[in-house]
Amino acid sequence: MTENIDLTLIGWSRAQFALTAIYHWLFVPLTLGLSFIVAIMETLYVRSGNEEWKKITRFWMTLFGINFAIGVATGIILEFEFGTNWSNYSWFVGDIFGAPLAVEGIVAFFLESTFIAVMFFGWNKVSRKFHLISTWLVAVGSNLSALWILVANGWMQNPVGMAFNPETARNEMVSFWEVLFNQVAVDKFLHTISSGFLLASVFVLGISAWFLLKKRESSFARRSMLVASVFGILASFMNAYTGDSSARTIAKVQPVKFAAMEALTEGKTNAGLVAFGVLKESENKVGEKYLKDFLFKIELPGLLSMMTSGDRDAYVPGVIDLVHGNRDRNIMSFDEKKTRGELARKTLIDYKNAVKEGNTALRDSLKNVFAEKSFNSEYFRFFGYASVEKAEDLIPDLSGTFYSFHLMVILGFAFIMLFALTLYHLFRGTIEKARWFLWLCLLSIPLPYIASELGWVLAELGRQPWIIQDLMPVSAAVTNIGSGSVIATFFIFAALFTTLLIAEVSIMVKQIKSGPKH
Amino acid sequence: MIRIISRIAGFYADGFRNLSSWGRKVWIIILIKLFIMFAILRLFFFPDFLNKKFGNDKERSEYVLEQLINSPDNHDGKH
Repeated sequence: MTENIDLTLIGWSRAQFALTAIYHWLFVPLTLGLSFIVAIMETLYVRSGNEEWKKITRFWMTLFGINFAIGVATGIILEFEFGTNWSNYSWFVGDIFGAPLAVEGIVAFFLESTFIAVMFFGWNKVSRKFHLISTWLVAVGSNLSALWILVANGWMQNPVGMAFNPETARNEMVSFWEVLFNQVAVDKFLHTISSGFLLASVFVLGISAWFLLKKRESSFARRSMLVASVFGILASFMNAYTGDSSARTIAKVQPVKFAAMEALTEGKTNAGLVAFGVLKESENKVGEKYLKDFLFKIELPGLLSMMTSGDRDAYVPGVIDLVHGNRDRNIMSFDEKKTRGELARKTLIDYKNAVKEGNTALRDSLKNVFAEKSFNSEYFRFFGYASVEKAEDLIPDLSGTFYSFHLMVILGFAFIMLFALTLYHLFRGTIEKARWFLWLCLLSIPLPYIASELGWVLAELGRQPWIIQDLMPVSAAVTNIGSGSVIATFFIFAALFTTLLIAEVSIMVKQIKSGPKH
Repeated sequence: MIRIISRIAGFYADGFRNLSSWGRKVWIIILIKLFIMFAILRLFFFPDFLNKKFGNDKERSEYVLEQLINSPDNHDGKH
């Protein structure tokens, strides 16, 4: 950038956004999952007429309410940051983000705020059926709210359904459906909500286990565990399936991220899937950047090729192929992409000069070039490469991407075991005697939070240097403001969110200790 | 119509009057949080950069266009 944005500013702007997103995400997944668990419990109450289910529903609804209230609007801070710290980016994507976020606002406001009031104020004031419908609508509405922000994020990972307008310097939506049904967005939505379901299930299991450890509310705890473990195991399978689908899509649209997830430096056929591994510094490097090798690994031979293309002999490109190119495999090099990106930028410069000089014929003809399909698919899609200096800048943090992915997957499989063991103990009637297992359930509460956050670390760290894949690097997106104010607000947010978290945990702990109301 | 509106208003008023202790606490937290976010952070720390710096969309577009076409390795001086 001509205004020489310094690395401190980029680093702190990223850190601030990461901090607010990570804290925001501590509240959201529990809302997504617990809303459905509460709706299922209330359905059991309405169908059976058993007052025990009403007591169970109201207890978990209270915890849902506390989490929802503390977390509500924490996401708005991210929108503040877009306008202040990421103004180039906000302007560049404005029209794409506008529609999904406006829908989110309307859905969230009307569906959630109306029916949440019925959920909490409506007991004994509206009919059982209307109350139940309201609870289900809150669950559906909360999850639909997540859809729109994930559509926006999906577009950043795989920009589709838009055309760049050089006159406004903005991307404009040409196909709402292409943006909505972007494969990355679909995978991301299903994977994210299922991770929320899974997280809420472990949360219910852990707190119910605490009641059993304290020898309190045995029937309440066992029934809660039954709902949570059945819902949790179904959510886990959905999570594994959508995770697999997500990885296949990443292999196609973000191949460098995919190679980094597996720490695959050199491409190969019959590529193995690393089940577990420890990385070490490699002697190989791209430019000034050292790559990674495995100190040791447990690998499932051929499975990575099989997963990406359905063929064991399929070639899976490594980081080196993707940076230097591989003509035999038809993989374009960084240099070639940069040349094409520079041509797109040169066209934009010519357009700007034509406007400045009042050359309307040239201006109109160049504007038409930006509307041409071939120009977009051959040149403009590489626009961001013009702002990337060195080939090695294309490689994300290999250790961070690899470990966040593998730890998330390992935890995902551990949760399936946890739910299966819970069901085993419940059906054998041994759950109250298996105190070690109850402790395991209780101590597992933080684990899905860690797994869920790791999913976001993988998604965002793995796509570096891009803020919008291939179109805009992070360095071009940031606003050139003083890094001092970004640093100051970083610490203000850290204090604000920590206070909110402490408030949530303390109010929740108090409610949990007081137990379900009879 | 007025009857329906007054019933809805009564429903909300009743609900707020009979808030449980945790309900009161979280409402206080919500209000403090919104005040900090909109009256302090938004006003003093998070102005909309482009809206504050430029008076209209044309100027904003020109500024962002300038940012997009300039990079460290672009020294042809045409712009």
